[in-house]
Amino acid sequence: MPDPTRRTGLYDLHVEQGARMVPFAGWDMPVQFPMGVMAEHLHPRQRAGLFDVSHMGQVLVTPDDGQMATAAAALETLIPADVAGLAQGRQRYGLFTNDAGGILDDLMFANRGDHFLLVVNAACAEQDIAHLRTLAGVTVTPVTDRGLVALQGPQAEVALARLVPGVADMRFMDSTALEWDGVALWISRSGYTGEDGFEISVPETRLADFARALLAQPEVAPIGLGARDSLRLEVGMPLYGHDMDASVTPAQAALGWSIPKVRRTGGARAGGFPGAEVILAELGAAPVTRRGLRPEGRAPIREGVALFSDDGAPIGTVSSGGFGPSVGGPIAMARIPAEIPDGATIQAELRGKRVPLTVCALPFVTPSYKR
Amino acid sequence: MLKYTEDHEWLRAEGDEIVVGITKHASDQLGDVVFIELPEAGRAVEAGEEIVVIESVKAASDIVAPVAGTITAVNEALSDSPGDVNGDPMTAWFFRIKPADAGAMDGFMDEAAYKALVE
Repeated sequence: MPDPTRRTGLYDLHVEQGARMVPFAGWDMPVQFPMGVMAEHLHPRQRAGLFDVSHMGQVLVTPDDGQMATAAAALETLIPADVAGLAQGRQRYGLFTNDAGGILDDLMFANRGDHFLLVVNAACAEQDIAHLRTLAGVTVTPVTDRGLVALQGPQAEVALARLVPGVADMRFMDSTALEWDGVALWISRSGYTGEDGFEISVPETRLADFARALLAQPEVAPIGLGARDSLRLEVGMPLYGHDMDASVTPAQAALGWSIPKVRRTGGARAGGFPGAEVILAELGAAPVTRRGLRPEGRAPIREGVALFSDDGAPIGTVSSGGFGPSVGGPIAMARIPAEIPDGATIQAELRGKRVPLTVCALPFVTPSYKR
Repeated sequence: MLKYTEDHEWLRAEGDEIVVGITKHASDQLGDVVFIELPEAGRAVEAGEEIVVIESVKAASDIVAPVAGTITAVNEALSDSPGDVNGDPMTAWFFRIKPADAGAMDGFMDEAAYKALVE
């Protein structure tokens, strides 16, 4: 029997705020609040938005011998990233890959001095934990007593700093523990909106109190998953299960940038991760790559819509698409043949009609991080 | 005379034509509307035929012809400012239709019946 839909520690708060709740990756999550998706999208672009991301998996990977190099070496056998070179207090983006070179999940990992903290997608968490438990020399501990919120936007720092002054000293992709009202918050300066902001892991017992304290700040409004999706789409961030999956390689997903020189052919720790041969050979030479698409007119071109070249040949399917409130028009992403240049026109089949789209580089909106 | 359909459209009789829009309930359910595709004036339609595409930030939906007849006019201004449907849905009309059957309005709900449906 499948598990019933799970609730985060902020469920009651969401309902109190008038959220429309929907099932998402096995969780009951707020898709929108009374403000509406359009305004919820624009709020974190201009002020600060609070997102409940407690459904995401938080996992600790601790070296059995107390040496971080041991845990880093183990993680590098699953993740084509520079884990060993990650300084204490810093975070990076990476991928779990499979033997065929496909992507099992994407994740953030942070060096917290005596262990790594990983944040993985909700839908993949169980599989990721089992995958991590195949590693020797480390202990894998799912964090079950903490929720996770993201505070995103140009005013996120000023709002959060009233509660936790130390965040003002953090820069993009820093990860640290800071105290609020007697509890330890695990904070990273990162997010999934393209805005400056923070992701904050909070003990479950104080999660709602902390969220209420943030919502009491004049800059902050609660934002649902609907706006989270359009925010990440505008900045060209892929969503697992949509823009990439186990059949898509890093190069095809336009995530080759997450594989540093040291893990590439000729690097000091080249390869040594699942699918390395396929993945490394394809960097810069993938037959299809994830690209941006700007539909002509106002009609959104959504996931699943078939794409054709100008001469009518099928060339792919939209992997994410919708309306970009900051762009002020429809935007989409798809993996299409790499030889199609930016600026080319392709066609989408929408309700029996062909709609032209212009191929473009990602992102649609330039991120503004505090580096 | 104002009537309502089970598809959450409002119908207003004006002379021998019916003006059609969507209700506040429908507009709230759709969320922020970003695109509207209207039929061409002069088109003959069947009752239940999908003749308007309405896209919100969340999803695409259709609006059907409430009665058989001929489209006599469409609200082109909505194509340029689809968000008007969220502003005041009772004034943001989509199209006017001349029904094939003069008594076409009779079978639809009045305001009290519609309120009972959505509450």
